This record gives sequence, C-alpha cells and structure tokens, in this order.
Amino acid sequence: MEGRARLELMLTLIVVLLTFGVLYIAQGNMNSFYIRVLNLAAIYAILALSLNLILGFTGMFSLGHAGFMCIGSYVAAILTMSPASKEIIYFMEPIHPWLANVEWPIWPAILLGGIIAALFGFLIGFPALRLRDDYLAIATLGFAEIIRIVVTNVIPITNGALGLKNIPSVDSLLVYWGCAIITIFVLMRIINSSWGYAFKAIRDNEIAAQAMGINIFKHKLMSFTIGAFFAGIAGALMSFLITSIDPTMYRFTFTFQILLIVVLGGMGSLSGSVIAAVIFSIAMEVLRFVEQPMNLLGMEVPGIPGMRMVIFSLALLLIILFYRRGLMGTNEFNWSWVLNRLGIRSSHRVKRGEAN
Amino acid sequence: MAEILRTEQLSMEFGGLRAVADLDLTINEGEIIGLIGPNGAGKTTVFNVITGVYRPTTGRVIFAGQDITGWRPDQITAQGIARTFQNIRLFNTMSVLENVMIAKHVRLKATLSEAILGLPRYRKARQEHYQECLELLEKVQLDDVAFEQATSLPYGKQRRLEIARALATEPKLLLLDEPAAGMNPQESLELMEFVQRIRQEFDLTVFMIEHHMEVVMGVCQRIYVIDYGVNLAEGNPEEIQNNEKVIEAYLGAVDTNA
Ligand SMILES: Nc1ncnc2c1ncn2[C@@H]1O[C@H](COP(=O)(O)OP(=O)(O)OP(=O)(O)O)[C@@H](O)[C@H]1O
Ligand SMILES: [Mg+2]
Repeated sequence: MEGRARLELMLTLIVVLLTFGVLYIAQGNMNSFYIRVLNLAAIYAILALSLNLILGFTGMFSLGHAGFMCIGSYVAAILTMSPASKEIIYFMEPIHPWLANVEWPIWPAILLGGIIAALFGFLIGFPALRLRDDYLAIATLGFAEIIRIVVTNVIPITNGALGLKNIPSVDSLLVYWGCAIITIFVLMRIINSSWGYAFKAIRDNEIAAQAMGINIFKHKLMSFTIGAFFAGIAGALMSFLITSIDPTMYRFTFTFQILLIVVLGGMGSLSGSVIAAVIFSIAMEVLRFVEQPMNLLGMEVPGIPGMRMVIFSLALLLIILFYRRGLMGTNEFNWSWVLNRLGIRSSHRVKRGEAN
Repeated sequence: MAEILRTEQLSMEFGGLRAVADLDLTINEGEIIGLIGPNGAGKTTVFNVITGVYRPTTGRVIFAGQDITGWRPDQITAQGIARTFQNIRLFNTMSVLENVMIAKHVRLKATLSEAILGLPRYRKARQEHYQECLELLEKVQLDDVAFEQATSLPYGKQRRLEIARALATEPKLLLLDEPAAGMNPQESLELMEFVQRIRQEFDLTVFMIEHHMEVVMGVCQRIYVIDYGVNLAEGNPEEIQNNEKVIEAYLGAVDTNA
C-alpha cells in the first residue's frame, strides 16, 4: 500500500476509534433524553442508508421500507420478550406455543429480524422488480401495506392491533451506533465494489448495463434484498429503543420520513444519508415546540399535531425545486479532499483510480 | 468463411407497424458488413432484435450456430455479441475507466461477501480487470482520459468510449449503430480506419449501420440495404452504388439528410 492510502486508512481507523470513545463517554455523561435522540438518529441513519442503496444507487423507486422495518421490529420483539410478559400481553388470544417460551438475547434477534425482512424483500422483489418507476413505487407501497395488515391480523403471533409492550429496553449508544457503523462499512464496501458499480450502471442506463452483460433483474433483486435486510435491522433496533410497538407505526408516513432524509442528504451519497439522518432526528426534537399551543402576536394558536412534518415536507419541496442534489449530491466524504485542502498532495496521480 | 450470424425471416411489429419484415441476413466471420437505409427504415430495430432488446414477432436469430431468439440481452452479450448505441448511452456518473470496467463485472470470479470483507481473491480479480481495462483504453487511445468523467469527453471520444466498452465484453461480433453520426468527413474517415484496426487486433466481425453511404463504401465488404423493414438489396459497395432500386429509394433520401 502506498503512503497516502495508508494515511487515509489510518485516519479512518482513528475516526472510528474516536467515535467509539466519544460514544462511551457520552453514555456516562449525557442525560437519557439526548442519548435517546442520538440512538434514534442511528436508526434513521440505517434506514436512510438502506433506502439509498435501493433508490439512490440502484435507481429503484421503492416505497416499501416501513414494511421491511415492521418485520424486523416484530421479529426482534417477539424473540426477546420474556415469557412472563408475553402471557400478560397476549390476552385476546394466547401466543402461539412455539413462541411462548422463546427469550433470545438481543443480538441474534436483531440479526434474525434482518434476515426475515430480507427474505420478504426477496419474495416481494421477485414479482415487483419486473416493474419500473411509478409502477414499482405503487407495487412496493401496496406490499408494505399488506405486510402491515397481515401483522395486524395474525393475532397469535403479533398480538394484532394491540401491539407489543415490555420489549426489553436497550439504551446503549454502542449498540445503535455500532449497528450504524457496521451498516455504513458494509454498504460502503458494496457501493465501491464491482457489484456497486453494476447497481450504479443500472441506475445510470439500464439498457446499456444490460448490453454490458449485467443481469438486471438479478442485480435489482440483490440490491433490494440487501436494503430490506438493513431496514429489518433498523426495525429490530426500533423495538428496543421504544419498547412498545403497534402496526400503525409502520404506515406509509414512516417511509416518507426516510425518503425525506435520503433526498435531503443526496440520492446516491451514503455520507449524505448519515448526516441528514442526524439533522432530521435532532430537528424533530428541536421543532417539537411548533406543535405546542403558542401565543402568536397576541393570538392564542392551538397546538397542531403533525406541524413538524409540514415543515419537513416544505423543506423537501424546496430542496426538490431548487437544490435537487441534496446536501451531498452523489459525493461522499473522502479523505483525499480533506488532505488536498490541507495541502498534503498525493504522490501518484494514477492511484486515484485504484481498483476497489 | 464460416457463418457467424444469420437471421431467418426476421420480423418485428410495433402495434400495426412492421419495422422489420421477413429479413434474411447472413454475416461471415471476419467480415465488415454495412446496413444502410433511409430514416426510419428499421436499422436500429434490426440491432435491437439481434441483441435481445426486443423479442422478434416472428423469425429466428442464429449466432455461431446457436438459436438465440428470445434470449435476454445480457445472455446474448455473454455469448459474444456487443453493440454501441445510436444515441450514446454512457454511464453518466462514472469515469471512462469505470465505464469500461462495468463490462468485466460478469467475469469477476469472486462473491459479494468476499468483496465486503475485502478478501484477496476479490481484490486480485478486480485488480486484474483494472489492468486489463487500462490496457484496453491504451489500445483505443483513451488512456489519457481514463479518470475523466465520461460525459466530460468531447463527442467523438464518447463514441470511441462506447466502442471500447463494447470491446471490454470480449465480443466476437460487434454491432455499431451509426458510429460516425455527427462527425465531419475527416473524423468519419479516421473512425473507419479505427474500426478496421480494431477488427484486426481483436479478431472481430463488424456489422455497422451507417446513414451516409460514402462512409461505409470504403470499409464494408458487403452491404445490406433496407427500406420499410424490407431487404431492398445486398452486395458489394460497387453493386450497391449501381443498384437501381437503391438509387431510387435510398439515394433520393440522402439529400434530405444532408
Ligand atoms: N419501441 C418502438 N415502439 C414503436 N415503434 C418503434 C419502436 N422502435 C422503433 N419504432 C419504429 O420503427 C421504425 C423503424 O425505426 P428504427 O429506429 O429501427 O429506424 P432506423 O432505420 O434506425 O432509423 P434512423 O436512421 O432514424 O436511426 C420507425 O418507424 C420507428 O418509429
Ligand atoms: Mg437508427
């Protein structure tokens, strides 16, 4: 490895270690409200990253993300809840005997949440990915709604509309951001690999990609399934963060929030998704006041629930109208740029195109 | 000479429109063959049917002794037919080199998990493709712009990049859809020399659509002329130039394109 590349790798490692150090210190010193907001940001980051893989990098207009997340949430919740609370909570119909005594640790439950979501991604992708653009959007939207309705109705497994409570609570920044960092790492590797370029080729020009020998359907299905996997992971984490879930959480509005983050950060930029997810989560808290009753110029204005989303939607509209690239466009944060700014030059020009 | 491509009674209908009608073509290994005809004659459609973009309404496409009718485009590419597009279709967000490397993806002997983990087998395979593609770019004199954004290239080089990208799929048969479109006579001449050179160097058979007859006359051994999807004439440049039907149907149209 050449000096410059080694330097960049070192810098990356240092940043990752520093991040974990900061997380560790934050965990001990920050109040639980802030920790919760940061954990939510990690979940949003994973969701945005995975939707970006599908939408921004492969060019598939999918609106089914909340559905995959829903699956991950339920799988992880059911697997980790204690048998005692299952007995109390499933009072309409008792829980299926196979699941009654299961009490897994969180990690295998998170993983299985991702795997089952991926399985559904694969099964849904099979018919749906033969469609394109708006048709694909409508089909995936429909499938996500079907998932939600099935979840509402298989009461012995999901407890139906009543939802699940007493899910084990996890408040460790390391768990949420650990998952986010793994997601960033894996997706970065995928995006920069031969497969990532195949996805981008499909996005840029499907007919040309096919003429280059790429099996479009197979690669779309691959990207879609990987995206669903990480959405499932994020769903599992969501269960542990908020400890009570019900099917109404996973409506289309949730997908819309993720879509908003992706567009805000830049379709086709992983770093953009992460930055936008953090901004979005913090802004959601900061803007809470707009939904409270207010005194505007001597007038009593009642609180309007959903006002924050109105603000975000307007922001989205403005971005799409005037700054379609989002924060990062298709650019990524990269050390070369930073180092060049600092006046540390690369010794070999060709190295820039090093295969990865 | 061994036959490499044959179409039998090939027809393509769009709704009521017969874009290609009962077309019989035969192309032999190592030839440079032209396909000409006026605007909307169905030339591009012939390419689209051969490469699997459209499934023909009736008829068959035989490539290297194998019936490839109805195959997917990526399967046909894998079999050894590559093409360029009349309206350039580059991967806009990628560099010149990355555009060419896309063609190597299907040849990568490693799995996605190896790529994610950064294992040696993947890195080695990828590095080999990287070298191969750089060498290919050298052969087509695009190595100096290897790391430039594909869309930042001047028009002529974009056309050459499309050819380079097609070559990277390691084809036996290369289909060129109006490669000289938009070029001045001098550039067209250079392009035709280039086509002859790569035909030699990569051991190709070339099947080329060209609007301008003068351009193809120089390089093609045989020329097919179609109009309204129907085979109007076939023969060597001299025969085509003197063919009554061609002069009537085709040369009349040249003026309108000038
Ligand atoms: N996908 C399609 N759907 C409907 N009609 C089509 C389609 N593709 C081509 N056509 C029609 O088929 C006919 C032949 O078109 P084609 O593009 O093959 O002509 P061409 O010979 O390549 O013309 P040009 O010299 O302008 O490139 C035209 O009338 C065109 O409108
Ligand atoms: Mg054409």
